[in-house]
Amino acid sequence: MTTTTPTAGSLGRGGPSALLRNRTVTGKLLPFAVFAAVLVPLALTRWSGSAVWPDALTVDLSGPLGGASDWIIDNRDHHPLFLYFFGHISNAVVLSVRGVYLLLLAVGWAGVTAAAGLIAWRVAGIRLALTTAVAFALCGVLGMWVPTMQTLALMVVAVTASVLLGAVLGLAAGLSDRVYRMTRPLLDTMQVLPAFAYLLPVVLIFGIGVPAAVLATVVYAAPPMARLTALGLREADGGVMEAVSSLGATAWQRLLTARLPLARKQLLLGLNQTIMMALSMAVIASVIGAGGLGDRVYQALASVDVGAALAAGLPIVLLAVVLDRTTNAAGSGLDRTDLPGFRTGWRGWALVALGVALVAVAGRLAGRLEWPSGGTVAIAEPVNRVVDWMTDHLYSGVPVIGGTADWAGHFTTWILDPLRGGLQALPWWVLLLIVAALALLIGTWQTALTAVLAMGAIGVLGVWKPSLDTLSQVLAAVAVTLVIGFAAGIAAARSSRVEALLRPVLDVFQTLPQFVYLIPVVALFGVGRAPAVAAAVVYALPAVVRITTQGLRHVDPAALESARSLGATGGQQLRQVQLPLAAPALRLALNQGVVLVLAVVIIGGLVGGGALGYDVVFGLAQGDLATGLVAGAAIVCLGLMLDRVTQPTERRKGA
Amino acid sequence: MRIHRIHRKIAALASAGALVALTGCGAADMTKQASPYANAGGTKTVTLSVQSWVGAQANVAVATYLLEHELGYHVDTVQIDEVPAWDALSQGRVDAILEDWGHPGQEERYVKDKKTITPAGGLGVTGHIGWFVPTYFAKQHPDVTDWRNLNKYADQLRTPESGGKGQLLDGSPSYVTNDKALVDNLKLDYQVVFSGSEAAQITQIKQFAKDKKPFLSYWYKPQWLFQKVPMTEVKLPAYKEGCDADAQKVACAYPHTPLQKFMNADFARDGGDAATLLKNFAWTTEQQDEVAMMIADRKMSPEAAAEKWVEANGPTWRKWLPKK
Repeated sequence: MTTTTPTAGSLGRGGPSALLRNRTVTGKLLPFAVFAAVLVPLALTRWSGSAVWPDALTVDLSGPLGGASDWIIDNRDHHPLFLYFFGHISNAVVLSVRGVYLLLLAVGWAGVTAAAGLIAWRVAGIRLALTTAVAFALCGVLGMWVPTMQTLALMVVAVTASVLLGAVLGLAAGLSDRVYRMTRPLLDTMQVLPAFAYLLPVVLIFGIGVPAAVLATVVYAAPPMARLTALGLREADGGVMEAVSSLGATAWQRLLTARLPLARKQLLLGLNQTIMMALSMAVIASVIGAGGLGDRVYQALASVDVGAALAAGLPIVLLAVVLDRTTNAAGSGLDRTDLPGFRTGWRGWALVALGVALVAVAGRLAGRLEWPSGGTVAIAEPVNRVVDWMTDHLYSGVPVIGGTADWAGHFTTWILDPLRGGLQALPWWVLLLIVAALALLIGTWQTALTAVLAMGAIGVLGVWKPSLDTLSQVLAAVAVTLVIGFAAGIAAARSSRVEALLRPVLDVFQTLPQFVYLIPVVALFGVGRAPAVAAAVVYALPAVVRITTQGLRHVDPAALESARSLGATGGQQLRQVQLPLAAPALRLALNQGVVLVLAVVIIGGLVGGGALGYDVVFGLAQGDLATGLVAGAAIVCLGLMLDRVTQPTERRKGA
Repeated sequence: MRIHRIHRKIAALASAGALVALTGCGAADMTKQASPYANAGGTKTVTLSVQSWVGAQANVAVATYLLEHELGYHVDTVQIDEVPAWDALSQGRVDAILEDWGHPGQEERYVKDKKTITPAGGLGVTGHIGWFVPTYFAKQHPDVTDWRNLNKYADQLRTPESGGKGQLLDGSPSYVTNDKALVDNLKLDYQVVFSGSEAAQITQIKQFAKDKKPFLSYWYKPQWLFQKVPMTEVKLPAYKEGCDADAQKVACAYPHTPLQKFMNADFARDGGDAATLLKNFAWTTEQQDEVAMMIADRKMSPEAAAEKWVEANGPTWRKWLPKK
């Protein structure tokens, strides 16, 4: 394939490049059409033309996978591989989580709250310090102190491991082009896979429990650190590097004194993302025995006890907001020089340590290590009363607009069912052709090939039908997300007031772990596919709105000005200038939307979403890892396929 | 060149680390590693597995209340599904399961072969799984209660999720069920639809009952929902010992199972008063239902429900306490 692929810039400019684009599109599609015209009849004569993936082309993995799982359980207590390798990993995890947990308990609630507040103060200042202290105290007030500490202990261990692992990988990739080329596609792909898919392989080896949860979290959270470390090191200013090496610095010196300090911002951004992803995963990992806050949410969701789920969900939200703000502030505070002397450098940290020690000792002397049992507020019952009221009054039979359950019902029967039916009725080869064509239009031959192979792998694994069920939910959710997201994005781009209103909402929503979104949708829409879709929409919206707004805002002002001077109305400007020019951003929004939606639709298996997510839950619940692993692999393939057919070309080409 | 040197150093460090991890410190048996949260801060901790159904929550609530208030333990509860709970129990990440509905495969592996789990006696409650139709439907069509006539009613039991066949409503993916095999082997025109969780299944059944619609559901006794929605069991081919041995070929009803308790072997030996209490723990179906009703229907918290029951039933639970 030698035709030039359209770059992001040329796509937007219209005129000659639009012509060029058309030519490249036909140039790509024509050989493809010929190719398909030859292959399809061939395939049809071999395997009958029914809609479902032909049995002859599937491989049943349940036997070997089940055997592997049995072998692992039978050999876990004496095979050397487990005794001398996995056993040590597992042991190290258990010991370190336990160590951190005991430390947190020994410091006591006052000590932990003080420590969190003081660290926030050292990094970000007094306002965030107060927010942090209040947030931790609230976790106690909600009666969730111990689960919060369990989650925190797990987080500390997982984040430390992720950061170390990510930094080592990133260092290697940042310094060596070969490693960079090797790791980059892998890291890119890991970034788009749903968290749920990471759970099963670790359970297979480590069994249900904290070690598996920590390791899944590390695998999920390390890639952003690695990516950003590599990026930071590679982007180091050439001039500075030149100057440093001309001073005769060795490779180590250059790394330590120039490259790493220059990359500090990226490193801190990586830390921020790693922490947020680790929190998200640590909570989801309750499905495989992580304990802590996530487990409380999981238990409550299983019995549709929205109040209890909220009581455990709020501390997660508070942790997320506090951690995000603090690490963000650490990144942006790098350039500030106006801080009082006692807050900066080692003196600041010494003050923090002193303060924590004082409070912890005071708490210990007062014998108040555990959160006072009288100091909790049970919100579960009042919340459940509100939810009951809602189910009685909003749930169904509201005049004219109908209730939320009615909406969910209509959404299921009118949108999800036809979509699923349509996808499942479509002959399998037609679907492969559509995937190939879509991927070709937006990407290259390689992306198209990856997408088709991924889709084919789903068929080979024998989970064609449930995968299409999941796909139908994803498509429906993405459609809703884009309609709402683009509308909100356009509104925000055109009015600063709307943006100012939206921004804090988006900020908070973007930091929340995926699990939290399941709680309110169960209250509103009951159990089924509709709530899974609703949760996915809410989860994906902030990113879509944000990217759309930024894309529209960054449209060349000169182009707008000239349109205005030609007398174009606001609507005309939007349709004919802003939207076409912002097309690359809109496509990026689509890609992000798809990836985020898939992640949550899968988790929707916990609230009746069915399909692949349910298969994973089923595999975990029945100890039938074969089913779960096959579904997990299908999720990976689906994620890969969806990413490739929506991935703008620029991401492949850009830095 | 310099970059290469860094590489070599990193590689050397990494391989040294791997070596230490591999050979440095002898064997580590991951099946003997307890939960990192257990026994923190000098408290005596017991970890109990809670299954997702309310009856199991009732057992655990009462056991927890007694362990904490009578014996001074701290109790951690973990929600684990039935089969993984056996694995967790064998590894000591959970100390006891209070209500097991029969997992012969697991029993064979962990109790007989590995000896990491020991039976801890019966719960006193007998469980029975079956297929149920609402009594109002059974009264109109008395012949529906025989499986041979089920196909006649498949049309009436169709739903959007069951794809042109009758719907057999199943609950949580984790429950003991042969329903898919049963539908196949009895040649029934039905589709097994999993509602994903017991809570979802109950919601669904209540909605059906509100509109007096017919339904066919996997369900089990003892269950408090029978007092809200009366249901009649559909007769399946009679259960004979061993007729459910091959999971693929099952074509008979579910047995009546005396529910069992199981403990981690080490905990049973060294668990002290807590192990004794949990071994002695046994109550009747009615007593379990009473607590379950308080939790599920009156929306009391498990602790409050347990407290209420404990206050009223001193003679029952005092027998469970270890003899001084």
